Amino acid sequence: MEKTAEFKLYEKLLDEFVETEVKPRAAEVDELEIFPVDTVKKMGEIGLMGICVPKEYGGAGASVPMYAHAVRKISSACASTGVILSAHFSLCVTPILEYGTPEQKAKYLPKLCSGEHVGAFGLTEPNAGTDASGQQTLATEVEDGWIFNGSKIFITNAGYADVFIIFAMTDRNIGVKSITAFILERGTPGFTVGKPENKMGIRGSSTCELIFDNVHLGKEALLGKVGQGFSIAMKTLDGGRVGIAAQAVGIAEGAINETIKYVKERKQFNRPIAAFQNTQFVLASLYAKTQAAALLVEQAAEAKEQKLKDLSLKAAMAKLVGAEVAMEVTTKCLQLFGGYGYTRDYPIERMMRDAKITEIYEGTSEVQRMVIAGAILR
Amino acid sequence: MELSAYKNVYVIAETRDGKVQDVSYQLLGKGREIADKTHSSLHVILAGYNIKNAAQDLIAHGADEVIVIDSRDLQEYLTEPYVQAVYSVVEERKPNIILVGATSIGRDLAPRLSARLRTGLTADCTKLEVEEDGSLFMTRPAFGGNLMATIISPNHRPQMSTVRPGVMKKLEADSQRKGTVTNVTFQLDRPKSLVEIVKVIRKVQSSDRIEDAKILVSVGRGICQETYPLAVELAKVLNGTISGSRASVDCGTIEQARQVGQTGKTVRPNLYIALGVSGAIQHLAGMEESDFIVAINKDRYAPIFKVADVGIVGDIKQVVPALIEEIKKYKQ
Amino acid sequence: MRVICCLKQVPDTTEIKIDPVKGTLIREGVPSIMNPDDKAGLEVALQLKDKYGAEVVVLSMGPMQATEIIREAFAMGADRGILLSDFKFAGADTLATSSALAGAIRKLEPYDIIIMGRQAIDGDTAQVGPETAELLDLPQVSYVKSLEYKEDGTCLVTRKVEDRSYVLRVKTPVVLTVLGEEVEPRYMSVAGILKAFREMEVEIWSADKIDVDVTTLGLKGSPTQVKQSFGKQLKAAGHTYDNVSAAEGAKLILEALIDKNLL
Repeated sequence: MEKTAEFKLYEKLLDEFVETEVKPRAAEVDELEIFPVDTVKKMGEIGLMGICVPKEYGGAGASVPMYAHAVRKISSACASTGVILSAHFSLCVTPILEYGTPEQKAKYLPKLCSGEHVGAFGLTEPNAGTDASGQQTLATEVEDGWIFNGSKIFITNAGYADVFIIFAMTDRNIGVKSITAFILERGTPGFTVGKPENKMGIRGSSTCELIFDNVHLGKEALLGKVGQGFSIAMKTLDGGRVGIAAQAVGIAEGAINETIKYVKERKQFNRPIAAFQNTQFVLASLYAKTQAAALLVEQAAEAKEQKLKDLSLKAAMAKLVGAEVAMEVTTKCLQLFGGYGYTRDYPIERMMRDAKITEIYEGTSEVQRMVIAGAILR
Repeated sequence: MELSAYKNVYVIAETRDGKVQDVSYQLLGKGREIADKTHSSLHVILAGYNIKNAAQDLIAHGADEVIVIDSRDLQEYLTEPYVQAVYSVVEERKPNIILVGATSIGRDLAPRLSARLRTGLTADCTKLEVEEDGSLFMTRPAFGGNLMATIISPNHRPQMSTVRPGVMKKLEADSQRKGTVTNVTFQLDRPKSLVEIVKVIRKVQSSDRIEDAKILVSVGRGICQETYPLAVELAKVLNGTISGSRASVDCGTIEQARQVGQTGKTVRPNLYIALGVSGAIQHLAGMEESDFIVAINKDRYAPIFKVADVGIVGDIKQVVPALIEEIKKYKQ
Repeated sequence: MRVICCLKQVPDTTEIKIDPVKGTLIREGVPSIMNPDDKAGLEVALQLKDKYGAEVVVLSMGPMQATEIIREAFAMGADRGILLSDFKFAGADTLATSSALAGAIRKLEPYDIIIMGRQAIDGDTAQVGPETAELLDLPQVSYVKSLEYKEDGTCLVTRKVEDRSYVLRVKTPVVLTVLGEEVEPRYMSVAGILKAFREMEVEIWSADKIDVDVTTLGLKGSPTQVKQSFGKQLKAAGHTYDNVSAAEGAKLILEALIDKNLL
């Protein structure tokens, strides 16, 4: 399908933004584990932080495929910045938009859209990873609201987020059916953010523990209905997987672009290594696979946009394939770089480290297979 | 338009603080050649304030006549007063060719003047050729220097061009040369002059960024603590900026912001002098587009010599001091 | 307050390659962009919009493809966009271009400030600004670095040249040409892009729309003509001198530098 002139201009904006703001900082963001606060502010200014939110709440009113394209382009230069946008938008802004009351939307969305506030999502716990239903965090209903106790781990954006979507059980006896979603603000008494994890990749994204020690929340903190939390979490993650799949494809594209540049310059045996058939065949396969994954991402984004019932399946396929492609592409591209690729003078080793997380977070590749199998073996 | 009514070659001299700029002498060199070939005369329009003394020197450098417009209203360059001054002369004299330096002043004045004359103008020429009938072929770079175009003005006179500084050669001064000096009085049409100077800030600090530098002296692995001051001194006499290879950053000789190459910056100066730079592919990628490359290295097989316009196989410690001396001597 | 901003669509000259055999430009696949200096000028105009609520009208001349840069200007915040597009404009040199622009600008009276980029990266002439100013009989300030608008209808303009800067006071209306390297243009916004396509229209003006003598337009109205064009000659191979003394080496370098006017 030919791209519209509107989409082409949007791509131009992303290209300019990535070349000027994201790419030049990527190595430093990784090396020094910098959360790129300025870049996030600028993403807010150009409208990426609230990209699909209607204008009335300060958003840009764009489509999910446009959002996915932003994550993809940004991740092609810096996967840390890519996941900051994805976690913020897919996992915090979107559930508020979809499940929030008009008051909650009016209160939280404008600042989340402008980039003044960053969002995060807290579901995973030390003992509730793939089995997210095993939530230990407890929200006890009291007269004027809720008292929270428990903790969350591996929470993306945590160190810099202002608004958190938090899941907790309200009644251990009922179990998963009591899981409920809440909106929690930074600075609420009893709520602390732990030290950031020292990670292999996406080192600029701030991944921390959240600790709730008798945190008191008012009734207005409830997102959706009591007991709707698990469903909100799963549906939010379906959308989130579109973002991570886009991130994975972006990492792969970034790696291929760097490699194309390198193999044309690098000479061995008096020829650019691009002239060798091994180089050509490896790159050709990787490019074709990456484009195939990109089509799956576009399909999943469209499903989210159209609110199609099979979003879950399409998002799982996009993320599974995208993540595996990202891993294969970065590993094989690094091989084409040889010894130089193993050094931090070139971005390829960073891309390989960044790629690995896409097979793990927002549902491991195994979880994606469970979702896909569940859908096709019904 | 009766083309034959337009005769002779006119150079518009550029003055700053009463001093004629070098580009004007360069234009005289070319103008002389054009005037001789077309059997016509070479005139200079010298506008400014307290600039009369420069007239004889312009004659010594090739002018047949210097038309002096000396007025307090022309003390600092402003578009309208200068255009009025020059226009009044040109209107009356009807030149065949007008040459202006392609400086920020010339490129402000010339288009305003050409539009007032409703004639053509060719910008920033690097080559001028004339036929005996007085037709001028003006060659200039376009598309970021990727393309050269030769421009003509077949049906309009004067034929005007701004000429890039540093391209044409000035003549040796000949104090025996004879020429006339004509003084023209100037009356500014004030209501038309709507721009006034509030402040002049001189000596705008030149940027130290290597991407902006016109001249780079670049150091590599072959430059150590002992020889680095030589590089700095060479940069100083050339009015250049220091840059270097990754090796020189790694050993702490220069800071990372000055690194040229794949993992550093891409530069395209007019002159790139590589001292002790071997020229790894990663380095060459960042500098091979430089206009003119000089390399000094003791290793005759260093890859830098493959891209160098002038390469000297030799010891930095001996060649660089000798070069600094030569440049100093020449500049005096 | 109305600010008119002239924009040119140009090939991205940093992406241009030369056919090594024919010595001609390979334009295929070279993206067309908003001329960088013009984009800087648009930024200056949009700052006047931010501060004083100025209406920003962008004006371009070229084939229909040039609507692209007008949409881009909309996405950055421009309010109105006009494209002069007519075969009668084709083949214009700087003077004929200025005739067309001046004619269109007259149709947009009343205006306060006309902003252009210092020069376009394809032609590199820097002539259209001053020539248009002359045809409109307006004052000009070229090489503008910054601008401060005063409520009394004057501007304080900083003009930067080789060895000095001037602060100039000028009465509006005025034509300014802006230095690209001194101004950081803003990004488009996502909302701006959607608005540019869904809510705004580019006005297309033909030669009839502007009251200008057609003999001053296009190829016919151009005093200058391109006689021929050719690729830049490939750099002559360099020469490396082995077995010369330090003094000889230094002399060889000096001679080369003098010959190339590098001193």
